[in-house]
Amino acid sequence: MRYIPITCEQREAMLRAVGVSAIDELFDAVPDAVRLKRPLALPGPLTEIELSRHLASLAGHNAPATGLVCLAGAGCYDHYIPSVVDHVARRPEFFTAYTPYQPEVSQGTLQAIYEFQSMVCELTGMDVANASMYDGATAFAEAALMACRVTKRSKVLCAVSVHPAWRATLATYAAAASVEVVTSPAEETTGVSIVPGSSTLESLLAGDDVAAVLVQSPNVLGCIEDVAAAAAAAHAHGALAVVAADPVLLGVLEAPGELGADIVVGEGQPLGNAMSFGGPGLGLFACREEFVRQMPGRLAGRTVDVDGAPAFVLTLSTREQHIRREKATSNICSNHGLNALVAGVYLAAVGRSGLQSIARDAVQKACYLKGRLIETGRFAPVTSAPYAREFALRYDGDVERMRSEMLERGYLAGVGLAELCAGSGRPAVLSDQDSVVLFAVTEKRTREELDAFVREVSSL
Amino acid sequence: MYPGDLVYHKEHEWVRVEGDVAVIGISHFAQDQLGEVVYVDLPSTGDAVTADETFGEIESVKSVSELYSPVSGEIVEVNDALSDTPETVNADPYGDGWMIKVKMSDASEIDALMSAGDYEAFVNE
Amino acid sequence: MSAPAEHPAAANSDAAAHRPARGPRELIFELGAEESRCVEAPAPEGEWEPLEALLGDALRKTPPALPNVSELEIMRHYGHLAEMNFGVDSGMYPLGSCTMKYNPRINEDACRLDGFAGAHPHQPAASVQGLLELMWELQEALGEISGLPGVTLQPAAGAHGELTALMCFRAYHLDQGDVRKRVLIPDSAHGTNPATVSMCGYEAETIPSGSDGGVDMEALRAALAQDVAAVMLTNPNTLGLFEASILDITEAAQAVGALVYCDGANMNAVLGISRPGDMGFDALHFNLHKTFSTPHGGGGPGAGPVCVTEKLASYLPGPVVVRDGDAYAGRMPERSIGRVRTFWGNVGVLVRAYAYIRALGAEGLREVSEQAVLSANYLRQRLSGLFDCPFCRMCMHEFVLSGAAMRKEHGVRTLDIAKRLLDHGFHPPTVYFPLIVEESMMIEPTETEPLSALDAFVDAMISIAEEIRTDPEIVKNAPYTTPVRRLDEARAARTPDLRWRPDPGGLSADG
Repeated sequence: MRYIPITCEQREAMLRAVGVSAIDELFDAVPDAVRLKRPLALPGPLTEIELSRHLASLAGHNAPATGLVCLAGAGCYDHYIPSVVDHVARRPEFFTAYTPYQPEVSQGTLQAIYEFQSMVCELTGMDVANASMYDGATAFAEAALMACRVTKRSKVLCAVSVHPAWRATLATYAAAASVEVVTSPAEETTGVSIVPGSSTLESLLAGDDVAAVLVQSPNVLGCIEDVAAAAAAAHAHGALAVVAADPVLLGVLEAPGELGADIVVGEGQPLGNAMSFGGPGLGLFACREEFVRQMPGRLAGRTVDVDGAPAFVLTLSTREQHIRREKATSNICSNHGLNALVAGVYLAAVGRSGLQSIARDAVQKACYLKGRLIETGRFAPVTSAPYAREFALRYDGDVERMRSEMLERGYLAGVGLAELCAGSGRPAVLSDQDSVVLFAVTEKRTREELDAFVREVSSL
Repeated sequence: MYPGDLVYHKEHEWVRVEGDVAVIGISHFAQDQLGEVVYVDLPSTGDAVTADETFGEIESVKSVSELYSPVSGEIVEVNDALSDTPETVNADPYGDGWMIKVKMSDASEIDALMSAGDYEAFVNE
Repeated sequence: MSAPAEHPAAANSDAAAHRPARGPRELIFELGAEESRCVEAPAPEGEWEPLEALLGDALRKTPPALPNVSELEIMRHYGHLAEMNFGVDSGMYPLGSCTMKYNPRINEDACRLDGFAGAHPHQPAASVQGLLELMWELQEALGEISGLPGVTLQPAAGAHGELTALMCFRAYHLDQGDVRKRVLIPDSAHGTNPATVSMCGYEAETIPSGSDGGVDMEALRAALAQDVAAVMLTNPNTLGLFEASILDITEAAQAVGALVYCDGANMNAVLGISRPGDMGFDALHFNLHKTFSTPHGGGGPGAGPVCVTEKLASYLPGPVVVRDGDAYAGRMPERSIGRVRTFWGNVGVLVRAYAYIRALGAEGLREVSEQAVLSANYLRQRLSGLFDCPFCRMCMHEFVLSGAAMRKEHGVRTLDIAKRLLDHGFHPPTVYFPLIVEESMMIEPTETEPLSALDAFVDAMISIAEEIRTDPEIVKNAPYTTPVRRLDEARAARTPDLRWRPDPGGLSADG
């Protein structure tokens, strides 16, 4: 049998050892009333050759972004993945291991987590980072819940310019936990939610009952928010500042920790993880040291063994569900360990200066494309605030039709803002967003590709 | 193991009565059951505590236990040293491992607590 | 990592001498040099706008202190780390409730196919029909296997699936105008269950187990009332026993309007044999990284799809995949609780699980459970004379032993036995869980272990039991042959060292 190495003869011997004469007797405890009396209605088994052919055929029915000129982002980015990354991730000692509960035989995973935590701290400017969350959205929602625990308040203020799926996830988590979410509007002309000295923000915080100000920078429109102003406003009213950041762009953007953030979260997919239709992602989660005992998720720490040799172990576990049960800081158990390993390898592979160049390249090419698209006369600027890798433009035609037509020409032409918000159940980012497209540019795009795209799209 | 000048609560806290102040810690038995204490979460001076209700938490590597106050009153002093050296609770549970001092609002609550002998019998059950 | 079954450490007091030379090594931050590079920065293509002009004040002042290392150093560093790890490929991994079965390699290839791995989540649906078809087929298969037809592939892990299902329950009750407060959970439950209950704003209430290891029906009936939102059960339970009165349980719960949730951690025992939907459950999560052979990844990513009854299907988080004629598309269910994450689900994991289900088909999946249960009973039969087996009857895919007697008589704890198993080249079972068995060891061999491995595991346990009687100190100080020995976990918790820090001298940007 496929994947079962026991022979028929061995099976008979095992049955005899157990003291039964047939397999069915093993299931005597299953009441007859709940026994399935027919085979499962599933397609028949496939040999490896058949399976391989079938999967290749399914894969072939996609036109993946990596085979196109990808200008789509909106939370998932087409950065180059260095070759070493997957070679490390395919080491079976890493990917066939369980969570490192037995540290003596899990030093590889544990040290890799410790290094990953250190890298996330470096990127974000925070004191501690955990071993990962599921993705950016769940990290964001958990940060809001954590801020409620820290401040003992049950209301959070979320900028409307945060990715709609993240806001939607926050809303789902908050509803279950009876946390109220108030949305602060965006300034339509600049594209940012945080405007220093704005009376809107002040009035929303005036009750001193807000646990956290939640802001994303760059936000969903690609614009850089005034994180320092958000943090100052939060702190003035006893709230924490929760900042969602992009780890690649932190190569050139100021670390949120330097700007007053208390909790920094992010989507770690751009750090060497395949887009993979958006999952698995990688939730980044970092905070100030004073809040570490309210953190969700696992933490690896450095200690010594009985012989005094340096070694790593999961620590501060009393926060977690397997010990604190209903009082745990979260129910998270399995996280995205392998994606965290990948992120660590990626950051080591590109290095300090490499990350800076990748981020710089993306920002500069985005600026170039934005300018060229506006020149065509088919696109108009939407926002005026500084932006990084992504930007929003208003198109003078039907966005989804443009995307379809460009797909046929080999381009993934951005993401429609309306489509991105559809089904999120959350307030729209902009009052008139139907014709708004978000374009993202990574270091993978060449000037030639961008020029060709501009030519093609303007010819529609 | 169980000093005779102290009285004990069924959740394994001890009390040393000093005038109208109760000094509170956990017993030898409790620290032994917990194993290596790694963290003690204590309230602040000025906080109120109520008899038989929790006032904090104590952690070993793989367990968390609640700390119960044997008496009611106001906290007048907290053993802040335990935040840096929680292991003192293991090494000296009745001395430097004390946790809080409470100005009692009802001294008669002491009468409900166990003597050393009764407590020893209780833990040996 | 492999350790000889017989090694001199057992008889040698100078244990350290037998440790492999490999121990922990430098951190990656301590490798390389300022000018070391693995991949080169992208080559500049002509003139671009200067960054200062684009970002202004937002420009970073000090670059993050990431390592600069060469490609070979990276491969050696992580290669060394890998060698200090133990995975399913290293040896038997009988970790109860975790179903550490073999991870077929074709699945690893499949999820990396460009058509899957290279897809962007916001591609027009027409350009990802193959992926959507795969996801739809997987939804259908999971619905059939569970007997619960409403399926969402969104949740990222088992605990995330639990949360998702409870959120659906909550939304359903609210729609009935029903505010409920309590969720009943047996004392043998996984810690994620009560933690999930709290995240949903409910109160967790523990129901004791009966003397037969199942739910105490009297206690359950006494606790059931109109304010109970849900009962969460694992079936087979964490003792490896099938709840014989499962229909009574689900009927009693539903009689007071409570919904019943099945933690699917132990589904490897009942594939094609019994379906949670037919047992009366309203919802279930699957752990694809347990039952359907996707790798655990050293702590994820897993996937925790949720299957529910018809009446709950419209509450599921989306997008879920729907078929219209020959076309597939994503859709938010009508009364959806909303989103529980960004995008579609852990697609890379879903591809692997789909490949596994297609490889085996109905008959193959049933054989998986049959062999998993046979292998567990074989081990139980062979080990129950050696250690106490508190609920020793025919088990499902796992069983629980107790080291309580060993502790009482010889002062050797279950933890010591676990550590000694490492010297024999085995990953230990789950220990100290379930909480209702003292000094517990929860053993789940899975169907993919050859008989020779099962027998070698028994031999190792026999040899350890013998050591416990003759020279318990050997066991108490194990392991000896692992890359590091027992850790000072108290030190780790008292003075947490959770990250490397650069020298205050500082680093400079040179890109």
